[in-house]
Amino acid sequence: MTKELQVAALENGTAIDHIPTEEVFKVVTLLGLQRLNNRITIGNNLKSKKMGAKGIIKVSDKFFAEDEINRIALVAPKVNLNIIKNFEVVEKKNVALPDEIIEIVKCNNPKCITNNEPMKTRFHVIDKEKVELQCHYCELKIRKEEIVLK
Amino acid sequence: MQPKSLVNITDYGRDDILRILQSAAKFKQSPNRDLLQGRVCATLFFEPSTRTRLSFETAVNRLRGRIIGFSDAATSSSTKGESLKDTIMMVSNYADLIIMRHHLEGSARYASEVSPVPVINAGDGSNQHPTQTLLDLFTIYETQGTLENLTITIVGDLKYGRAVHSLIQGLSHFHPTFNFVAPDELGIPEKYKLYCDRRGIKYNEYAEFSPESINSADILYMTRVQKERFTDLMEYEKVKNVYILYNDMLSESKPNLKVLHPLPRVNEINQDVDENPKAYYFQQAKNGMFVRQAVICDLLGIGVE
Repeated sequence: MTKELQVAALENGTAIDHIPTEEVFKVVTLLGLQRLNNRITIGNNLKSKKMGAKGIIKVSDKFFAEDEINRIALVAPKVNLNIIKNFEVVEKKNVALPDEIIEIVKCNNPKCITNNEPMKTRFHVIDKEKVELQCHYCELKIRKEEIVLK
Repeated sequence: MQPKSLVNITDYGRDDILRILQSAAKFKQSPNRDLLQGRVCATLFFEPSTRTRLSFETAVNRLRGRIIGFSDAATSSSTKGESLKDTIMMVSNYADLIIMRHHLEGSARYASEVSPVPVINAGDGSNQHPTQTLLDLFTIYETQGTLENLTITIVGDLKYGRAVHSLIQGLSHFHPTFNFVAPDELGIPEKYKLYCDRRGIKYNEYAEFSPESINSADILYMTRVQKERFTDLMEYEKVKNVYILYNDMLSESKPNLKVLHPLPRVNEINQDVDENPKAYYFQQAKNGMFVRQAVICDLLGIGVE
């Protein structure tokens, strides 16, 4: 029996599956999808055996660089990435946090230099499992649930 | 490559710390030298701190260096909206070394990344003040003859006290035992307990300023319990007089004990302690100048005989 697709099939591109429903639009921001002209399908609150409900994002003709997709791990470390060519999944990827995160996260310390100077933010990932970051400048530690994207 | 800077005490390993302390001891014997002849040091105090600035400037003057800078952001172009980066770039056109204090945390790290000359952090908000830690370490070394295997009792505000946190990190290379004495509300933060645990550093926590915590110590490090740190003023009233050292409390202490304090003090060390030879906080403050001479020369690659 063929499974009915909940979101239209992709000929070539990237499908990001198993996104927690509340994180879907953060993933959009993290990947800068709002700036792309590619055809993009976003599905949310879809049925999932694994998660109950999930989100899916499909981006046509776009293959992300490693450091771009790894950003997703900040909010959704368990997503699956499928690289699709000619309607076939040619590669499956998991996301992994990099050791350092530049620019995409805002420091939560209002007295941090990065919030007062036109400059890039920079965080060290001190716990990849729990997603804990430390500001390279003011040394504030930030837990996953406290992360604010720029 | 960026020049070497001193932003955080953790920038220095065990060998760096010992090298600075040995050099500081030479400056203490003979503080007036010609080592900075022809050099210009900038003291950029975006936030006023007279004590720290005078200590740095005296250190430079006694080495025959020249000083440029400002003691208050109001007299700098940052009030015109100039970025820190631009100020640092401008000043580094003129000076061989930048000593800076700024109210924003992480400012010195950023300055050290954009500056073509070495930067010394003289305090960035409540984050770091590494020469304070080095002068504490120098004073401990000077009075105990070693930094190894000492028992350090730290009293007062262990939650917000920047000097306390850096001291723990600076001593971590030398197998210390810590006694942390603080009211519940100002107890040592969990992350510093974890820091000690990970390095196998022993520590005890006391809510009471007990004879045991004093009598087992080689160093008694007192800090100020600041009223503005309390959310509950009732709590402050309860504890404000609990962590005060009086001279008679030192009667059973070890003969080698020295009492230190980062200063300024308010009432946490009673004046009757000042006459006790174990009181060492004024000498400690003076040591700041020798340590700063040592750091300045070290960063400029100037050898000290």
